[in-house]
Amino acid sequence: MLCLGIEGTAEKLGVGIVSEKGEILANEGKPMPLKEGIHPREAAQHHAQNIKPLIERALAKAGVGMEEVDLIAFSRGPGLGPCLRVIAVAARTLALRYKIPVLGVNHCVAHIEIGRLTTGAEDPLTVYASGGNTQVTAFAAKRYRVFGETLDIALGNCIDQFARELKLGAPGGPIVERLAKGGSYVELPYVVKGMDLSYSGLLTAAIKKAKSASIADVCFSLQETAFAMLVEVAERALAHTEKEEVLIAGGVTVNARLQEMLRSMCAEHGAAFYAPPGEVLGDNGAMIAWLGVLSYSSGVRQRLEETQVIQRWRTDEVEVLWR
Amino acid sequence: MEVIAKGAEANLYLQNGVVVKERIRKEYRIPEIDEVLRSTRTKREARLLSLARRAGVPTPVVLDVDTQRKSITMSYIEGEKLKYLVERLDEDELRELFTHIGSLAARLHRSHIIHGDLTTSNMILSRGRVFFIDFGLGEVNSSLEAKGTDLLVFAKAVRSTHFARESQILEAFFSGYLREYPEGEAVIERMRSIERRGRYVSAR
Repeated sequence: MLCLGIEGTAEKLGVGIVSEKGEILANEGKPMPLKEGIHPREAAQHHAQNIKPLIERALAKAGVGMEEVDLIAFSRGPGLGPCLRVIAVAARTLALRYKIPVLGVNHCVAHIEIGRLTTGAEDPLTVYASGGNTQVTAFAAKRYRVFGETLDIALGNCIDQFARELKLGAPGGPIVERLAKGGSYVELPYVVKGMDLSYSGLLTAAIKKAKSASIADVCFSLQETAFAMLVEVAERALAHTEKEEVLIAGGVTVNARLQEMLRSMCAEHGAAFYAPPGEVLGDNGAMIAWLGVLSYSSGVRQRLEETQVIQRWRTDEVEVLWR
Repeated sequence: MEVIAKGAEANLYLQNGVVVKERIRKEYRIPEIDEVLRSTRTKREARLLSLARRAGVPTPVVLDVDTQRKSITMSYIEGEKLKYLVERLDEDELRELFTHIGSLAARLHRSHIIHGDLTTSNMILSRGRVFFIDFGLGEVNSSLEAKGTDLLVFAKAVRSTHFARESQILEAFFSGYLREYPEGEAVIERMRSIERRGRYVSAR
């Protein structure tokens, strides 16, 4: 069985082709060039314009024709409404045209599953941080339970907004990471609430601090504070769930400093640390295709009219039938 | 010294019948952040443990605070963490226990004490009494926002850890909370609005 997966919850459009054994035959992506933040309607237009050539590129890369594809999967949520609707329409169209089934799958669960597939982690605590999501999850009784999450904005959003406010460029993550080198610490608020965290106060404080301190110092301190908060929440969740593996997911976790901190925390608690390869760490089509395979193989079916998008779809609402 | 528990942020030692809780240095944090967090939390925890007991919530008795070592020496509470106990209780026991816990949380909030990490990992049942521990993330704060967040942390911890009994636990908890603290209605209301503000809400 071959599954073609379409990802497009935010600014990045991705198409992946994965076999039922988990071989990734293609994983093509097209990020939208960003000057500022993501405008949902512009991102949706970007997806609409690029989806056809990107599917063709993925098929060519995999060396297969559309008639060899047995299943279409797409990111049904959570994400930006206009973007989700574009990829949903593309997925349904392909399904109708080639008379094959279509499944809408959960974006956050897809990140976890592609991580397990590519690293061999079996039952990890997953630390997932991206532009739009920040959560710490672990499997229990057929669900990925959310042990910690942001109470307001996502970690990536915090850093991106900071960079935008200071006109440092976009996307903010790699820019702030570069500027942080050589900076020294200035005080910023550190907000952890139980196993949850909050980044909106930190963002406001960092923007304000940039008026009196050097950019390098604020970038350094923003990273150190925001990452330490996430690692601490992961550490609390690890102690609480008694899991023995930690898996990372999401574009923000590409950051070398964040990985270093998580590795150090894992070493202290004797947990194994798993980092998937870069091409499946951020948003990508292969993860959607793989979750399509897992869902379909465990009996999930959706009629066309049941494939509407779900903009706010909690990770713990998905029943994990394949574990 | 015998290590009796290794938590996320501290080691617990049993020494001559008392517990020493030492907040250990975290290599992943830069020293500037690490030092401040460990000092503040140690001082806060010692203070809140005493304030909470005065507010009518059983807590270990603080015997000594060492700000250099970031440690608190306190009385040893022999018992079981509620996290493990919950699974074995029948329906009536569960209701009784969490109604009581709700009333303890209410006593804290009535005195403007925020626990900061209300989970069943931080409650011990000892000789029929429930003790609250781990006040390191707490503060004294009279705002609805702080109290509402405190309740939300609890509700979410129950959802992730005791998912099979979530509704029973929360129902009992809130009934106990309101019985002890009728003004707490506004706190519960605020908890719901904080949750709705969050990123992952399926229904609004």
